[in-house]
Amino acid sequence: MKIKTIATSAAVAAMLAGPALSQAVPESDDTIKIMTGDWTSIGLQGEMMSLILQTVGYNTELVVADDSGRYPGFENGDLHISMETWQTTQLQNLEKSVATGKVLDMGETGLRGVEDWWYPLYMKERCPGLPAWEALKDCAEVFATADTTPNGRYVGGPVSWGDHDEQMVAALDLPFDIVHPGTDAAMFAELKSAYDREAPIVLWVWQPHWVTSVYEGEYVQFPQFELACFEDPAWGPNPDATYDCGKPYGWIKKMAWAGGEEKWPCAYEIVRNYQMDNDTMAALLVEVDLNGRSSTEVATEWLMANDATWKEWASCAM
Amino acid sequence: MRAGPLQSLRRADEIPHPAPKKAHARMASIDTVPRPKKSRPWTSPPAIALVGFTLLAWAALLGPAWMRVIPEAITFPVAQVVGDAINWFARDAKIGGVAFQEMTRGLATLFDYVIDATVVVLAEGLFTGRGLNVTQSVPPLSWLAIGGALVIMGYRFGGRNLALICAVSAGFLVFFGLWENAMVTLASVLVSVILAILLGLALGIWSYRSARIENVTRGVMNVMQTVPIFSYLVPTLLLFGYGPSAALVATVIYALPPMVHNTVLALKSVPTEITECGRMIGCKPRQLLWQVQLPAALGKLAVGMNQSIMMTLNMVIIASMIGAGGLGFDVLSALRKLDIGSGLEAGMGIVALAIILDRLSQAAAHRAAHGTHLKAGQRPLWQLLIAWLIFSTGLALLLTPLQAWPDAWVVSTASFWNAAVTWINREMFDLLEGIRNFALLQVMRPFNDFLGNAPWTLIIGAVAALGYALGGARLALYTTGLALFIVLTGYWGPAMSSVYLITISVSVAIAIGYPIGFWLSSRPRAQEPANFVLDTMQTLPTLVYLLPAVMLFRIGDVSAVIAVILYAIAPAVRYAMIGMAQVPHARLEAAEIAGCTRWQTLIWVRLPAALPTLLIGVNQTIMMAFSMLIIAALVGTKDLGQEVLIALNRSLVGEGIIAGLCVACLALIADGLLKAAAARASSDKKRTAE
Repeated sequence: MKIKTIATSAAVAAMLAGPALSQAVPESDDTIKIMTGDWTSIGLQGEMMSLILQTVGYNTELVVADDSGRYPGFENGDLHISMETWQTTQLQNLEKSVATGKVLDMGETGLRGVEDWWYPLYMKERCPGLPAWEALKDCAEVFATADTTPNGRYVGGPVSWGDHDEQMVAALDLPFDIVHPGTDAAMFAELKSAYDREAPIVLWVWQPHWVTSVYEGEYVQFPQFELACFEDPAWGPNPDATYDCGKPYGWIKKMAWAGGEEKWPCAYEIVRNYQMDNDTMAALLVEVDLNGRSSTEVATEWLMANDATWKEWASCAM
Repeated sequence: MRAGPLQSLRRADEIPHPAPKKAHARMASIDTVPRPKKSRPWTSPPAIALVGFTLLAWAALLGPAWMRVIPEAITFPVAQVVGDAINWFARDAKIGGVAFQEMTRGLATLFDYVIDATVVVLAEGLFTGRGLNVTQSVPPLSWLAIGGALVIMGYRFGGRNLALICAVSAGFLVFFGLWENAMVTLASVLVSVILAILLGLALGIWSYRSARIENVTRGVMNVMQTVPIFSYLVPTLLLFGYGPSAALVATVIYALPPMVHNTVLALKSVPTEITECGRMIGCKPRQLLWQVQLPAALGKLAVGMNQSIMMTLNMVIIASMIGAGGLGFDVLSALRKLDIGSGLEAGMGIVALAIILDRLSQAAAHRAAHGTHLKAGQRPLWQLLIAWLIFSTGLALLLTPLQAWPDAWVVSTASFWNAAVTWINREMFDLLEGIRNFALLQVMRPFNDFLGNAPWTLIIGAVAALGYALGGARLALYTTGLALFIVLTGYWGPAMSSVYLITISVSVAIAIGYPIGFWLSSRPRAQEPANFVLDTMQTLPTLVYLLPAVMLFRIGDVSAVIAVILYAIAPAVRYAMIGMAQVPHARLEAAEIAGCTRWQTLIWVRLPAALPTLLIGVNQTIMMAFSMLIIAALVGTKDLGQEVLIALNRSLVGEGIIAGLCVACLALIADGLLKAAAARASSDKKRTAE
């Protein structure tokens, strides 16, 4: 969506009138398609990259795609740049896609993704062993509802997000039933409902996300992820099963369609240079998710305040 | 609101099937309708069906295991094949040396251009510069200009009442700060509606002229109405790329069937005298169509237009999931941060748009059908509108609040609604949890388990027996074939889960909706507000009440069923009202003279007389419920809807289409059986009348 506030844009225009843009940029007028998804941070970072690229002369467009369903689009060149690919859920998908030679790993954003089973802090009193995962075995009943008793109830993510909760519950022998909503909004509707009543709940939460700035809680400490956990049954507490560990956590990478490297070399360089950190992102997400401002507005404001930073990323276009 | 002829024209609800009159017309054309025979009871179809089913039931329960659990050998995973075929078609197929995809992408560019141009005029204006350097150079039409134009049209088409409706709806959008996004939505809705109407008209005319074409289009449209939209989204995305044009194409596909059906019906209903008269005065075929038949059919065409508009607005949320912005996006993003109040407001914005479009288009069609003579001294509408646009634009340039309503003046009731939801959650959760647990553990689970564990041959046998009893061998073959498709493609499990959700939701919707409809039918005064409530229930995006349902009833089947019920109650109420209205007065008077109590009149006079319409009502309620399965999947069902949703998210073209076709099969089975039942009921009625 386009910028709404005419006054702000005019101010920005005045600020940016200075630098003479490099002759070579844009190398191609073809539209660069930047992926956005069904969670806020990818939209916000996509918006930032879109604004930077447009400012230096490229045509861009934000395109909605599914987290796990994006790969054919990138391999075919329907999608060109994604600002977020999470190690937590997309590790294997990304590796597979990069191996086709049609997709590029554009390096880490600097953000650290965390996602795993999460509970509100008040649950610690009712299940004293937390955050250690073994505690879940003893207090499954605390988390139970009439339809899952005696098992606990865990609210997972939408099926398409590609988690391994089913395998993990089996491998760690956790007495829990997994419920899959079809959308993240439903997950957090349950969290809000439970939190308002201080009722038991354990669900999948990820970071950076506004939920962790609004609700107090912690992650369950599962055996720490190593690649071996997914591949070698001998690894971890259960010697006969894979997936007997928490979700991978770590980098959030940028990725791109390989064919774009020759088409828009400077744009690709800018994407590679882009860096962000968790604290900044959390603050920006609160602006968008809780204060109800548009991603465009928040991204514009940040770029204006950090003029030197993004111009350094875009030095090839200056 | 105006009563009388307008009321008889309007009916947005019979999605996906047109008005009951039409349903009767189609019923009559079904050749599977059994002719009442004066045969001995033992050889009547119901008796044969019962005996056959009993034998099969014995076999299924005591016979070999394959009769109970579907052997893997007879399922064919065709999804992969279909997926590959569509992928090939979308990427590599060439027609006359030009890649098919290039043609569709070219079309997409064209559509994008049209939508963009409309958005520029209505919502965003023109910009110069890009990225951080963007500035507005030309503002869009102001809210004053567009809102005023709507009011002027309302006044001209429908007098003071319609002008007031337009003013209130537009005012709501302005004061609640929804104007700009509403105009983005309006732009895409307008383009889709116009496309759907033109295409529908063309297909309808073509079908009207050739019986063979009509058979083909009727079949295709029936399937299109029942295949969930998500299942053809992936191919649409492949062909048209992500973005507004893919959303546009999907919406047009969704909104097309009622326009085609109604065009055919409307043309067929033109009295032969009129057509003959046209011929006699020497019209060429083209003149006959455009200057005689279509104008004469305008009233019925309006029904199709109205339904296309309503269905397009139903799609606003789904369209925004694949890249159309506007109000749908507002609803989604508000709900994503659990700001239910703001989601409700944006949702009501969609309702306001629906009301403006629906009432205006109906009034316009009504006027056109009854001649458009200007009163003495009246200027043509277009002159008035242009004068107004120039005047208001000038005014808006002088006074900026008239151009764009200032953010500081925006009203919001969101915090009230949010507080209300929190209050209900805190105070009433335990009670509701009790209800949920009872419904889930005592009713839904057992029923689901029963369907899940019942031998598949038994269920197919039941479908065949019902088909035979109601419509003879042909209907039995048809329904059995559809059921076997589900078995062979390997979606039996999820399909039974869908049947369970639909059966429970529809039973409750009928149990609530029919009594309300009966009650309303004898209270004309309550009907006006009731219609508004029903319109709202059908155009307010379901997600708006789905999330509060999740907060109170948790993720899972109970929330899903509640969402489906809320959506499917509206047609139940409407058909109950229509059915009751059709009961002949003479019979009611006879009942009164005979000294029947009100209860007796209802049971022995009203219900039997209304039975055919009531059965069609059940049918429509089921169709509506099926169209909600996909939305219900968002709160975590395990049925066909979820299969389609997963396929969409993972871009599995083949799986999405096959699962979608299975939904269509279920819907068509229900449709075939109930229409046959309704036909029997009305032929029984005729016999008794004779």
